[in-house]
Amino acid sequence: EEPVTPGSRRPEARYGKGRQQRMADVPSNAPEHCPGTASEDAGKVSACQGCPNQALCASGASKAPDPAIQEIKEKMMSVKHKILVLSGKGGVGKSTVSAHLAHGIASDDTKQVALLDVDICGPSIPKMMGVEGEQVHQSGSGWSPVYVEENLGVMSVGFLLSSLDDAIIWRGPKKNGLIKQFLRDVDWGEVDYLIVDTPPGTSDEHLSIVQYLSATPVDGAVIITTPQEVSLQDVRKEINFCQKVKLPIIGVIENMSGFVCPKCQHESQIFPPTTGGAMKMCKDLNIPFLGKVPLDPRIGKSCDEGKSFLSEIPDSSASVAYKDIVKRIQEHCDTHSSEVEKNA
Amino acid sequence: RARSRRRAEQAGDMEMAEDNLASVDHILLVLSGKGGVGKSTITTELALALRNAGKKVGILDIDLCGPSIPRMLNVVHSAVHQCDAGWVPVYVDSDKTMCLMSIGFLLESPDDAVIWRGPKKTALIKQFISDVAWGELDYLIVDTPPGTSDEHISVVEALRQHKPDGALLVTTPQAVSIGDVRRELTFCKKTGLPVIGIIENMSGFVCPNCSECTNVFSRGGGEALAEQSGVPFLGCVPLDPQLTHSLEDGRDFIQAFPKSAAFDAINKIMAKILNNDNEFSAHNT
Repeated sequence: EEPVTPGSRRPEARYGKGRQQRMADVPSNAPEHCPGTASEDAGKVSACQGCPNQALCASGASKAPDPAIQEIKEKMMSVKHKILVLSGKGGVGKSTVSAHLAHGIASDDTKQVALLDVDICGPSIPKMMGVEGEQVHQSGSGWSPVYVEENLGVMSVGFLLSSLDDAIIWRGPKKNGLIKQFLRDVDWGEVDYLIVDTPPGTSDEHLSIVQYLSATPVDGAVIITTPQEVSLQDVRKEINFCQKVKLPIIGVIENMSGFVCPKCQHESQIFPPTTGGAMKMCKDLNIPFLGKVPLDPRIGKSCDEGKSFLSEIPDSSASVAYKDIVKRIQEHCDTHSSEVEKNA
Repeated sequence: RARSRRRAEQAGDMEMAEDNLASVDHILLVLSGKGGVGKSTITTELALALRNAGKKVGILDIDLCGPSIPRMLNVVHSAVHQCDAGWVPVYVDSDKTMCLMSIGFLLESPDDAVIWRGPKKTALIKQFISDVAWGELDYLIVDTPPGTSDEHISVVEALRQHKPDGALLVTTPQAVSIGDVRRELTFCKKTGLPVIGIIENMSGFVCPNCSECTNVFSRGGGEALAEQSGVPFLGCVPLDPQLTHSLEDGRDFIQAFPKSAAFDAINKIMAKILNNDNEFSAHNT
């Protein structure tokens, strides 16, 4: 056994920050010192000799922006605010928060809300919004979202599947294509808030959504976590991702924060904050903390039944917490847009 | 190791020199369409239970965006070394009965995000399968990220020639989880991966104060799905905050686990898997 040292013959080295950034755009058939297809040196340096992509990179085609980005920019002009709901970690409540954020904002009749589910492998939003089994209709102006309320429309790959057992077993490029269509071809109309629910991770879907929205202002990301370190560990990576792609962070929500026994009212920490929870992480990273939502079994039940927890059990501590968080997010968006107008 | 020898004979001497999985008897994949149901936790618990039962176990963590297992086994700052056969997996104990490979060991800092598109992820997963010197193992358990995408397609393709025993599907009881796990079952069917069974995790929480059991994430979904889909139901694992606490620390988990409420449940599941493997081996002899 020998320790791995720089230059020793090994397929992949330790991944430092700079190297990872470049690796994001290194094709799988590229030579060892590929500068990256988006680099200024693409196709032009000695490492490119013999690479099958050399001509393409040298022509600048690999760096040319996708025409869809401009089309999406135009489509998004009728959308005032865009919020991405992210988490490095799975199962922390992204879809639950997205759905209730949508319901919360749409409780104001004067606001038009759109909820876009880009979790292509595990689309939970149709079920949570009570519209599982609905189909998407196409009109002259594009795909029509499924309306839960008059002022709340939803789009998800779930509506494109004919059976609840259908699996979408696609590699990245095909998923990216669908995300592009969701942004470009759905006829959202005039929208005050577009909320985008994402799958866990920092991969194709996340890169694509940020890339396709790059020509249009995005208010920022709402990041969800549970109190434990195993979640925070992944959430720090997501924060790292947001910083790398220059996506502003609206704040972090700590979900499943404390459980109150319905019988004896004793509070337990089912998911204990062994390293200080989200509050400490936000303090350390200087990121806004939006609030805590407790673990209430009735939330899961409402989601399973496709109902809004905020209407079902409005007086619970969880509903109160949600409403407060929704208010903070809206305040951030209003401040943010007035700053954008000031700077325009 | 009859099965390994047979496979090696079939592969031919030349290939055996390069087949790092030649001495691995059983390969299990832990899948779920849904995130956050406890795939990594169950993988770790199952591995420890098997080790407790005298087996040599390896864990392959192919969750490249969110590698959780190094922390659970308190080996976060370990380095990967190289030998003639490839990369040496990280051993979690001095008697080398359990080892782990994860992208977590290849990052400069645990907060570094791995922001890769599919092809890059596929390439590393193939390397993890072919270039890690696993040595002699009774069980290799593969922990996966949620979904049915690049990682899953790639790992099934790369493992096909090694004839994995099958998949363990983890779910929580609620309908929202079941909805995703059904799709994972379809994935298994379409890719020809046998399903060993379904495990229902986070199945009930017993209040430490009054012992009232609350179904925090609903109840019964896992068993119902197993029945509906015609696959075995392997068992329920309850929510155990004390265990979660020690899992976080990593340090104590290996000692704390045998004393926890989840241990019994996991042991019962392990017994079913061992039974299933005996039948599998008998069928293939």
